Amino acid sequence: MHGAESPVYDVVVIGGGVVGCAILRELSRYDLRLLLLERETDLAEGITKGNSGVIHAGFNVPARSLKARTNVAGLGIIYPLASTLGVPHRMTGKLVVALTDEDRPRLEQLKAEGDRSGVPGLEIVDEAAIRRLEPLARGQWALYSPRTGIISPYEFTIALAECAAQNGAEVRLETPVEAVGFEAGLFHLSTPHGTFAARRVVNSAGLFSDEVARLAGIDDYRIFPYRGEYLITDKDCGLRLGMPVYPVPPRHDPGLGIHVTPTLECNILLGPSAEPVGDKRDQASTREVTARLKAEAASLMPELAGVPFIHSYTGIRPKLVDPSGKDAFADFIVEESPRRPGWISLVGIESPGLTAAPALAEMVVAMLGVRMNLAMKSDFLPERPRHPRFAALGDKERAVRVAGDADWGEMVCRCEQVSRAEVVAALRNPFGARTLDAVKRRTRCGMGRCQGGFCTPRIVEILQGEGVPADRITKRGGGSRLFYGRIKE
Amino acid sequence: MKGPVETCDVAVIGGGPAGLAAALGARRAGAGKVLLLEREKTLGGILNQCVHDGFGLFLYKETISGPEYAERLIEDVVREPIQVETGAMVLDLSPDRVLRINAREGFRLVQARAVVLAMGCRERTRDMIEIPGTRPAGVFTAGLAQNLVNLQNLRIGRKTVILGSGDIGLIMARRLAFEGVAVKGVFEIMPWPGGLERNVRQCLMDFGIPLELGATVVEIRGRDRVESVVVAKVDEALAPVAGTERVIPCDTLLLSVGLIPENELSKRAGVELSPLTGGAVVDETLMTSVPGVFSCGNVLHIHDVADWASYEGFAAGEMAARHAAGDRAGGATVRVSAGANVKYALPQLVTAGTAGVELSFRVRRPARDVRIEVTGRTSGRVLARRKFPRLLPSELQKIKVQAAIDEDIEVAGHE
Repeated sequence: MHGAESPVYDVVVIGGGVVGCAILRELSRYDLRLLLLERETDLAEGITKGNSGVIHAGFNVPARSLKARTNVAGLGIIYPLASTLGVPHRMTGKLVVALTDEDRPRLEQLKAEGDRSGVPGLEIVDEAAIRRLEPLARGQWALYSPRTGIISPYEFTIALAECAAQNGAEVRLETPVEAVGFEAGLFHLSTPHGTFAARRVVNSAGLFSDEVARLAGIDDYRIFPYRGEYLITDKDCGLRLGMPVYPVPPRHDPGLGIHVTPTLECNILLGPSAEPVGDKRDQASTREVTARLKAEAASLMPELAGVPFIHSYTGIRPKLVDPSGKDAFADFIVEESPRRPGWISLVGIESPGLTAAPALAEMVVAMLGVRMNLAMKSDFLPERPRHPRFAALGDKERAVRVAGDADWGEMVCRCEQVSRAEVVAALRNPFGARTLDAVKRRTRCGMGRCQGGFCTPRIVEILQGEGVPADRITKRGGGSRLFYGRIKE
Repeated sequence: MKGPVETCDVAVIGGGPAGLAAALGARRAGAGKVLLLEREKTLGGILNQCVHDGFGLFLYKETISGPEYAERLIEDVVREPIQVETGAMVLDLSPDRVLRINAREGFRLVQARAVVLAMGCRERTRDMIEIPGTRPAGVFTAGLAQNLVNLQNLRIGRKTVILGSGDIGLIMARRLAFEGVAVKGVFEIMPWPGGLERNVRQCLMDFGIPLELGATVVEIRGRDRVESVVVAKVDEALAPVAGTERVIPCDTLLLSVGLIPENELSKRAGVELSPLTGGAVVDETLMTSVPGVFSCGNVLHIHDVADWASYEGFAAGEMAARHAAGDRAGGATVRVSAGANVKYALPQLVTAGTAGVELSFRVRRPARDVRIEVTGRTSGRVLARRKFPRLLPSELQKIKVQAAIDEDIEVAGHE
């Protein structure tokens, strides 16, 4: 697609994380020509995939900050939105525990800040109440937040994008913006797959939003990547954690401290650490941090000592504060550059960005609406096509599904009980994401304790059947190929 | 869906070397309806990807390949009126032996009078041994690599390092070298090999592939595909020794770091598992803590050769058939425990008064001129004694107790 051939998009969103996809869906309510550009081989590949998956209530950030406002507003939107989109989630509640009386004032502070922000239902509870709320938690005192919850960040992101696509928005993967031109009142976004013309641009490029802004001549931001490592327990570790349990936030930790969080599938997440790294893509884990995660998690919850882990992962936070000034607070940046009217940047969207995303989306749409005529579509579909899971079906439903389509009777993943029908549906996603990780995030294939030992040959076979040659099969695109041809041609 | 309407006498879960034998054992012991359930499209289990020689030495008195070994058992199975279902995965097993089975032909429930667990094992993964570093493509467990190479005809790399010297890793070292892949070395954290001596000789030494004991991979590098691994020596506590690191360029890392009995279904049925074997706690009839549920092969404990898994299968099948027919021995049991230099002994329970019990065991570390003794824990009486010139942790060994066992016993090694 080049020059004159390219249609003019009303809005191009750069970045397919949870924020970009929430904005795309919100915009897809209006009569606009929309495009989202994502550099990776799938959505949610950046900051979005590497966090605790917690729906935050909003007491961890200073009242009146944009973080607090969009967090609390987002909390009011995200639960009904996740239900509308059919994304699994659960309002679990959360405890921030103080192991000693001395830490109680810190809880009071958090509560006061939360109350000022309008966080609903915060309560300081005593030891007995802690044990009643979460038998695995312990502490003298705790801040209990009843509205906190959990959600799968990548499922939520994919659902937002699928909904937007159903309402006419276009999504292009593997399409990094490499240069930005300005001509005839339009932005011209150059990519390896052609140049796209846009009246308005929303830069929600996450870790790379500073660099993308710079392409447009906006040299106002600098992102400092902070790596966070996590460990995931086996579902069968014998512990059933009901809600996230956090320590009192350590004073010199740029994160919220190493906490434990249940997943919707009943694993427990431990983490994250927080260390500044030089490279935004440095997702390596380290022996030292693994040991520290275990030690700190065990001090928070002694039962976690010695439990089996099935996986580790790392995420990178897009911090706006220099590693030398750790304690300084930096707010989300959401602004239209005076130098580039029509170009909106979202920068430094770290925690609580997942919860805030739907509110940030409304905010961006309101900003765009100031100088753009936004006409509501009459036929907007707020939902998205449903993807039922074999593992979640009852006996009767299973029998009916298999009788209707034999692919439901062929199991591809033993640990998470995923059928061939689900894998095929995932591979036929509207965005063309066809990597092993894309299948994993959509179906849970490979997320169980065998970590792909069973499902990999099966997915490889299905991928080839769907027209992907063996040499083009990758873990997550780019050079992450699995194979170098055949043994015998 | 109401409860199951379909019933069978013996349901065998898994059609590998143990399950095939169990179905035959059940049938030969007179079970009426025997259901053999295999989740793959063909019978044979892991044997199908073991294209190398070395199977059948005990059962068939000659060495044949894995697929040939499977073929012989399958020929026997299809001659019997055994109901074989392939592409059928058992998703759930209840304590009262109701199986939930999913297959392209349909999802259904079956009530079995007796069940034989023969699900085999799975491989330990990168995450279980916590190798730090990046998460690129190119890290495979050895058995997965064997499947991709031998069954899918795919070239998984050009330059590989192998961590762990389990038998599959050794076999794959040879297989890959044979296909022109540069095998840079096999690294084993323990001071002795994890696999059988014959495999060390035939798969590594004969191909000039170096084996380094007391060393492990301490970091994986490479963003998209493996670019190198860092290996280091380990100390006596198996911790990496600082200063001994070296970087080995490669595009593939194979892991042969242990096998785990796959007891997900057993757990769902409430079967008691042994922390020492990772498999069920069984009595001398191979029955688990759940009445009517039997266990054999690698799901019970990891075997060194397939033949022994099959022998166990024949026995478990026969016992399951007898149980289904109402022949149920009962009575008090005594415990079998592992003593000096014995990792585990199996069965863990014996019905008091039983004579002629054969105990399987493995040693913890290599030993020469060992006397294995089975001793009564109360009386101190030696019930059985056998001398071994050499014992290795990679080998599964046996000792028979001719006398009736009527007290708790211990199996121990004396050098």
